Amino acid sequence: MVLIRDGAIATDEWVRAAEGKALPAGAPTIVPFARWLSDSSTLRGHSAPLGLYMTGADDPEAIAADVGRFALIAIEFPVFTDGRGYSTARILRERLGFQGELRAVGNVLRDQFLFLHRCGFDAFEVAETDAAAWHAALAEFRVWYQPTGDSRAPALVLRHRAQAAE
Amino acid sequence: MIQIVTANRLADGLVVFRCSGGWTEDVTDAAQAGDAESAARLLGTAAVDVDACVIVDPYLIDLDEADAAPKLRREFIRASGPTVQVGFNRTRHGGDE
Amino acid sequence: MYRYDEFDHALVAGRVDQFRGQVARRLAGELTEDEFRPLRLMNGLYLQLHAYMLRVAVPYGVLSSAQLRKLAHIARRYDKGYGHFTTRQNIQFNWPRLEETPDILDELAEVEMHAIQTSGNCIRNVTADQYAGVAAEEIEDPRVYAEIVRQWSTLHPEFSFLPRKFKIAFNGAAHDRAALRLHDIGLRLRRQGGQCGFEVMVGGGQGRTPMIAEIIRAFLPRRDLLAYLEAIMRVYNRFGRRDNKYKARIKILVHDLGAKAFAAKVEAEFETLRGGALDLPGAEVERIRRHFRPPPYDEIDDPVAWYDLKRREDKDFGDWARTNVGAHKRPGYAIANISLKPIGGVPGDATADQMDAVADLADRYSFGEIRITHEQNLVLPHVRKTDLFEFWQRLGAQDLATPNLGLVTDIIACPGLDYCGLATARSIPVAQAISTRFAALSRQHDIGELRLKISGCINACGHHHVGHIGILGLDKRGEEYYQITLGGRADADAALGKIIGPSFSATGVVDAVETIVETYLSIRRGGEEPFIATVVRTGLTPFKEALYGAH
Repeated sequence: MVLIRDGAIATDEWVRAAEGKALPAGAPTIVPFARWLSDSSTLRGHSAPLGLYMTGADDPEAIAADVGRFALIAIEFPVFTDGRGYSTARILRERLGFQGELRAVGNVLRDQFLFLHRCGFDAFEVAETDAAAWHAALAEFRVWYQPTGDSRAPALVLRHRAQAAE
Repeated sequence: MIQIVTANRLADGLVVFRCSGGWTEDVTDAAQAGDAESAARLLGTAAVDVDACVIVDPYLIDLDEADAAPKLRREFIRASGPTVQVGFNRTRHGGDE
Repeated sequence: MYRYDEFDHALVAGRVDQFRGQVARRLAGELTEDEFRPLRLMNGLYLQLHAYMLRVAVPYGVLSSAQLRKLAHIARRYDKGYGHFTTRQNIQFNWPRLEETPDILDELAEVEMHAIQTSGNCIRNVTADQYAGVAAEEIEDPRVYAEIVRQWSTLHPEFSFLPRKFKIAFNGAAHDRAALRLHDIGLRLRRQGGQCGFEVMVGGGQGRTPMIAEIIRAFLPRRDLLAYLEAIMRVYNRFGRRDNKYKARIKILVHDLGAKAFAAKVEAEFETLRGGALDLPGAEVERIRRHFRPPPYDEIDDPVAWYDLKRREDKDFGDWARTNVGAHKRPGYAIANISLKPIGGVPGDATADQMDAVADLADRYSFGEIRITHEQNLVLPHVRKTDLFEFWQRLGAQDLATPNLGLVTDIIACPGLDYCGLATARSIPVAQAISTRFAALSRQHDIGELRLKISGCINACGHHHVGHIGILGLDKRGEEYYQITLGGRADADAALGKIIGPSFSATGVVDAVETIVETYLSIRRGGEEPFIATVVRTGLTPFKEALYGAH
């Protein structure tokens, strides 16, 4: 597995919290969602950046007030056909204003890169073979019909621009 | 019991049957297995062709002992084609319709 | 009809290239079948009983003659010379090769067609009333909104991996010809206080657990359409069941939560989206509406004496006009229905030659436009009454003039075990046998409107739950048996048919249908009461007794 961040292969400085143990001092640590909910008062004091690990079943609204505390949120796709993470991502980005790294983990294949990117993911844990296809995958479409929180102008906006230019 | 292995060919989707040396569209040419062990072996040879992207989803079907036709109606129709009239004959692409 | 601009072309072209790459990766072994399957399904390509099956999208059932000619060409070049029109206004080809499918998609793109999202767990073809834009009792043309939703739902990044398939339908007329109450989302155009908007219903569907949709919003202002749909989809994407394929449609979620609680979730989500980037301004609606301007109709006085005379004079023409001609909003014009249910034929199939013939007829008589109906028939929506006789004669030359619209031989049937990998029994031979049994036209007219629908398995693609007579094919100990339901309907008074009793053999079911029809004829009120009205009035008892004997 390989980490893609901002379109390039990157080293992953994050570690996962060991169950039942205190977070390693000074290390950026990813904490599971349930643990955050039950233990946030302790975890808040962590001396290094905090990350959150969510599954599709976890409700982003439950951490609405704390969204700014996380430098990273990882959303798991247990199988790529489980599309709940896309909604979670959009809620985090567009409604709750999360600005840190939003990472897709689990069964993440190149054919989902563009959809994930449009929904606000900017980091991806993927197989090496798929990593090589990153840029090609993102270039597969230049037109979109619907707006999401990303900066791509949907067709409607492009049409009006084209008309205005005439 | 008689069993044969069937699958769909990946490239064109057509129904095929395991025969010696490969796959055939004709169920009467299918390699027949007369017991569980040889049936399992036959199915095992098919697995290689899944990885080789020749076929998908191979499985065993039972043949009727008397006429060597597939027992299940579904498999019978799969082997012999729709029981209703099928449009016109396909004109092979030799350039024109 | 809608014409692509450069952006629509770019999207479809991108999709074809993407799929070409995916097919190449699959054939080279870089993708397994499990990884490839959802991708090919999102491009409408199934692996069926005998071969692949390609389902081509026909947005809200509207085709140009150029598009229909291209479909005929594809049938000839890549298939076995025919196609099948479906209950969701699409067309299916039964024999494409995977390795040729990217070429087929390229050809479709040339005429602004594609197979995007005609399968898979995503939003499917948005359907509408087949008489949209021309029905005499139309309130507003629903195709405008169907097109807007088509675009919004295409390659939607958040909703491409839903728990299950998703079907949306629009209706803009007094009569519901789009079966709104049997869809995941049904949208009925209406006005309130001078404002345009929609009644929104959710959670209809057939299959293993048929349900009628619940109204969750009596009036949704037009500009909120996309934001509200996005809210519904997000609630479904987040909370729809993913543990059991047969419990994964939105109807199960609506049922489990209750319509009120479901609606509350949607409204809460909607509040965060309303007035934002999905706001639908009137200017955009008008831009899309310009694509659906009426064609350059002639000024014609109605009634058209010659047409009325011809109908009386020529009995065969009169028979055809009686059932197959619908009322047009424009004086002097008519809606012409082309039945794809010849007596003893395969329901909904058309040969490439027939498709070309219909395309020519559309150019000659209907401003080049054709429609596909939910009942697997075709429509030429703008035919001058003065042209109808000549048109009908030309139809007859192509075996397309069967005068049976809405009658007992206008049967809806899924492809069944002859084609479909999911089926438990064959449906087409049963349809053929029933059609042949009731061939006599005078008898059909005597019976009147009777919607008979046949499904070859409990997935109900033949919509048997909403047939006046519904037939479901089962497998009992290796034999094909057929269960009959009565009293279903798909219109605004939508109702699910009730099982009448033990199932019948393949020959027995034809006799059973005849017994049901004869029973109806003997008990109908005033000698004229329609079949469905009789069933509603009497319930199942007289039919049960006729079939199984009194207890």
